[in-house]
Amino acid sequence: MIENLFNIISDHVLAPVVGWIVPEGYAASTLYTLEVLVKIMAILLPLLLCVAYLTYAERKIIGYIQCRLGPNRVGFFGFRFWGLGQPIADVVKLLFKEIIIPTGANKRLFVMAPVLAMAPSLAAWAVIPFDDTLVLADINAGLLYILALTSLAVYGIIVAGWASNSKYAFLGAMRSAAQIVSYEIAMGFALVCVLIAAGSLNLGQITAAQSGSILHWYWLPLLPIFLVYFISGVAETNRAPFDVAEGESELVAGFHVEYGGMAFSIFFMAEYANMVLIAVLTAVLFCGGWLSPFQGLPLLGNVSYLSEPNIFWLLLKTSLFLFMFLWLRATFPRYRYDQIMRLGWKVFLPITIIWIVVVSVMVVAEAPPWFN
Amino acid sequence: MNIKHYFRSFLLWELLKGLRLTGRYLFRRKITVQYPEEKTPQSPRFRGLHALRRYPNGEERCIACKLCEAVCPAVAITIESEQRDDGTRRTTLYDIDLAKCIFCGFCEESCPVDSIVETRIYEYHGEQRSDLLMTKERLLEVGDMAEQQIARDRATEALYR
Amino acid sequence: MLEQSIFYIFAALLVVSAGLVISVRNPVHSALFLILSFFCSAAIWLILQAEFLAIALILVYVGAVMVLFLFVVMMLDINVSTLREGFSRFLPVGLLVALLMLVAMGLIVGTAHILPDTGSVAGQVESGIGNTRLLGRVLFTEYIYPFEVAGAILLVAIIAAISLTMRKPRARRTPKPGNQVNVKREARVRLVNMDSATGNTGEQQQDD
Repeated sequence: MIENLFNIISDHVLAPVVGWIVPEGYAASTLYTLEVLVKIMAILLPLLLCVAYLTYAERKIIGYIQCRLGPNRVGFFGFRFWGLGQPIADVVKLLFKEIIIPTGANKRLFVMAPVLAMAPSLAAWAVIPFDDTLVLADINAGLLYILALTSLAVYGIIVAGWASNSKYAFLGAMRSAAQIVSYEIAMGFALVCVLIAAGSLNLGQITAAQSGSILHWYWLPLLPIFLVYFISGVAETNRAPFDVAEGESELVAGFHVEYGGMAFSIFFMAEYANMVLIAVLTAVLFCGGWLSPFQGLPLLGNVSYLSEPNIFWLLLKTSLFLFMFLWLRATFPRYRYDQIMRLGWKVFLPITIIWIVVVSVMVVAEAPPWFN
Repeated sequence: MNIKHYFRSFLLWELLKGLRLTGRYLFRRKITVQYPEEKTPQSPRFRGLHALRRYPNGEERCIACKLCEAVCPAVAITIESEQRDDGTRRTTLYDIDLAKCIFCGFCEESCPVDSIVETRIYEYHGEQRSDLLMTKERLLEVGDMAEQQIARDRATEALYR
Repeated sequence: MLEQSIFYIFAALLVVSAGLVISVRNPVHSALFLILSFFCSAAIWLILQAEFLAIALILVYVGAVMVLFLFVVMMLDINVSTLREGFSRFLPVGLLVALLMLVAMGLIVGTAHILPDTGSVAGQVESGIGNTRLLGRVLFTEYIYPFEVAGAILLVAIIAAISLTMRKPRARRTPKPGNQVNVKREARVRLVNMDSATGNTGEQQQDD
């Protein structure tokens, strides 16, 4: 369906325009570039909208858990709509605020840091498969690409902390850099488990390898890894209960104390885009991506529209994991710093290494029903 | 016991218990008071905007004893007094700086003639600093406006004073 | 055409940023330029369709090693002027090393191959089988012994580094979270029934 829409756009809108403007010899490559750009926009625009409304969902859900109502005033056209206009209002407010560059700050790096934080979390979406055909770049090393890009996110934080010329920002940056680097190792090993199980680095093939039923998905054979991956994801995105990098009580706001206005909001958006990314990846790697949970079930599995793979299943699973992020934040108090480091190095890392051996044995022994 | 402990910690048992608790609160009745439409009930002892009261015959109560000025912990009250033509002592200046006031209610308690009182009015604002300086005229005006409510509150509270 | 122009852009960026690594005054800036040069070389490897190597370069060097580098460089208050003092003294040795490196590189690469020739390399990569799989197959069959020896050496280096920096357990007084979690109420609190009139504890009773 979405594929058809793209074809229609490229045939009836892009092709005539390109044919009219660009000379004959370059038309094909220009058309290809434009098509890719349109696809990128088709991924990024909903993503950014999703990020905006994730902030709304966060305030609303945490409010509900705390017996409050959350934002419910700002609406559209004089109607309140349960406060759905709130993120738009926030964006407009932040857009018009002044960006203050502190004295003694390294100006160029100070301005560059939010971009460095935002870019990897957006670029990673290139290899996310939304459907068995719907993927921007179907590359073979997709999993590695994801791992590489998530490891780059730390630069935005470090550079921001250093360029601000403020000790609080610097302390926050140091904390979060150490945290991200240590959890990346656990995360990397968790991904190694997945790639051993699936025998592929291509995210689409990893999802396809999980087809069968809800019990064929990798969350079951890789249950500890599934938990390790998700919790490391929470730590990697600097979310509560691992948000010592922000630590309002001791570091004011961590690495982005000195940022205001749009520069701050880009950091904010990067954090939420990272959350969405982790949620999507957990869904794709462990919960069968676009596969239906009813597939292969005795009764409901026979209903064709319920058991067929569909992009909506992926979106549903993603939003479930996003809800988990918010739920965790509303429930748990912040970890102490040494506890975070202990959890990463002394608990998660051994678990993943042990499970790599277990999974390898299972794959070699072709343990049913997953690996035969 | 140790094995049980290991199972519990690796299955994240206590974390799940915490999540269950917050999950239940997600569906609890919300207790937010939607302010402009809904308001919380007020006590008759509510300490809001100040007012100067009058006797039923229109005479102002204040006798310029300056007890409130003396007791005010924030030094927000300024009083100047003079003898009036009929021989009584009256204030010529009675200012309360609301920017200083901490709404402790000591002025009200110290007043021997129940002249300076705190009303239930709390929805007011000032757009300049001078708007927050309550002069004698403005205080009397507030008193005239809210006299019924003030009198009723004093009557219900008289038992405990 | 497009490929060549991309190559030249990244190659020029690589040369410029590599030059800036050693010429820029601020050590943090030079570390950041080193990261940029890693990026550019990764991009050039991508053009050669060596996607595994390119991504591994970014993952390992940019994602992990350089983060720790930056960490150290930012924490240390490096005085650049003292670093530059011995420049003229070490110049002859430095030049000699540079010359040797240049000769070695020239011998390996050869003048004929200095122009970008992506076609020949790309042809070697079988289509369908990924670059990663190919590399893994070679590493674990033909080069298995060098590979394992390299792994062992790295492991030894890690253990050596840890044993050098590890302080004796006596010196560290850290809380043990496992024990903290395990503490039960009975171990810490004893409830006693006390006669309030006489203040006599009488029979001590444990109250659960």
